[in-house]
Amino acid sequence: MTATITPPTPRRAPRAERPPRRPRPTPGRVVAWAAMALIVLLTLFPFYWMLRTALSTNTALPAGAGSPLPADFSWGGFLRALGLQSTEDALAEGGAGGSLDFWRYLANSVFVSTLVTGCQLLFSAMAAYAFSRLRWRGRDTVFALVLGGLMVPTVFTLLPNFVLVKDLGLVDTLLGIALPTMFMTPFAVFFLRQFFLTVPREVEEAALLDGAGKVRVFFRLILPMAGSPLATLGILTYVTAWNDYFWPLMVSYSDSSRVLTVALSVFRSQTPQTGTDWAGLMAATFIAALPMIALFALLARRVVNSIGFSGIK
Amino acid sequence: MGLDNYRRLANDPVFWNSLWVTVEYVVVNIGVQTVAALLIAVLMHRLTRSTVLRGIVLAPYLVANVVAGIVWLWILDTQLGIGNEVLKWLGIEPVAFFGDEDWAIPTIALVNVWRHMGYTALLLFAGLQTIPNTLYEAAQVDGAGEWRMFRSITLPLLRPIIGLVMIITVIGSFQVFDTVSVTTDGKPGNATNVLQLYIYDLAFGRFQFGYASAISVALMLLLAAVTVVQYRLTRAGRTDLD
Repeated sequence: MTATITPPTPRRAPRAERPPRRPRPTPGRVVAWAAMALIVLLTLFPFYWMLRTALSTNTALPAGAGSPLPADFSWGGFLRALGLQSTEDALAEGGAGGSLDFWRYLANSVFVSTLVTGCQLLFSAMAAYAFSRLRWRGRDTVFALVLGGLMVPTVFTLLPNFVLVKDLGLVDTLLGIALPTMFMTPFAVFFLRQFFLTVPREVEEAALLDGAGKVRVFFRLILPMAGSPLATLGILTYVTAWNDYFWPLMVSYSDSSRVLTVALSVFRSQTPQTGTDWAGLMAATFIAALPMIALFALLARRVVNSIGFSGIK
Repeated sequence: MGLDNYRRLANDPVFWNSLWVTVEYVVVNIGVQTVAALLIAVLMHRLTRSTVLRGIVLAPYLVANVVAGIVWLWILDTQLGIGNEVLKWLGIEPVAFFGDEDWAIPTIALVNVWRHMGYTALLLFAGLQTIPNTLYEAAQVDGAGEWRMFRSITLPLLRPIIGLVMIITVIGSFQVFDTVSVTTDGKPGNATNVLQLYIYDLAFGRFQFGYASAISVALMLLLAAVTVVQYRLTRAGRTDLD
């Protein structure tokens, strides 16, 4: 699913992209807008329902199942999810009573996602530079091999990766969770190489003539120029790392290396005797989704505009 | 001896059930998702260039599969979910979306449609930008309506893009795991025991790494075959724009 963002291309005049003008609201357009409104409603409703349930009280949920507003408003769900409620209160409100070390999982998620994003950007940029600007024997063959990696589905690498991480003694560590995606992904290399190819050679040659080495040119000249594609790739890598579930589930067994996605599924399976603690579960789910929603709200334009197709072939 | 795992695979009813369940999931998931995404993309293309709207449509893609799974598990809960309240209001009997053998796979497939359709729509939308506007203008001068333009301009010219998008989404779809793991965990019976779940259970529940790896290899070969067939069928490598 990753081979689908493109490096930013020079902005074309916005005029040229305008749809054909049709000022009159024809019945067809009214129907089209209504369909669009329905799609937006379907897209956003689960987010609202998550928040609405998180602010409800469990005991009031059966009676108020159809109420659009929180049933018997309470912060209890959020308090339970954050581990701020006493065990008695939690049990009384239909929680599991077991404490959830939320802040630790949050810190773990932040650590893993930051490590993966930082390292992947650096190493992929270095590889992309070597593939686009340095001349060495066998370069194109090696690049073809790296690109071939794009075709290998993740399912094929999960078990071998697990055996490797186990042999390295990194099972149940945060480093073990980050390791498979930390160094590079074929897509990141490909994506950045496409951008480096567009940087004029003259810029680089001028710096080399002034006596700068290749390493210095890379860090001082090429990397700063690639700020925009690096940011786009960084956001997408961060979101992917944050949302990953299968691999962390395989590698992590205890609280010390548990990330938010895995913690959520554990929280979901701790059913108290009174039935699922929906208010607490929705609160935890909402908090787990919040950082990505916030990140997106800040940077939506960049992400939305980067999804395109010209880079795929 | 090296082939024992593959021989076992051929005679393993659970494996064949998993394969069948996975295929059922992929058909529902990709079928609905492609149509929905195409609809969204075309609507956006003909109506507006709003970045905000594109952002909203993309929003579900930013939450984890686990989050999407849990939220829909609640919305579609048999007793307390708003989904069944709506059905009741429409005069329809409540449905055990995740608990019923026949409903579980389509339900999970549709949950993942919710998460992915906006992203897929934006990919198609980007493809739509490559179709020159002059074609639509000329068609309008000739008196063509929206539906005619969609059938005669948009669909044929978007074909290679739709083909590539479907190849990518089908590969992802076959590897479904997160949503199933967090909602039904393979139940009821083996009704939602998709291939990845079976692989995970074999490797980490029963520590049969060799056999689990054999199924991984089978899944990869299947993916390679499906990709080649799709590429041929949709002629994804060739465009009619030239």
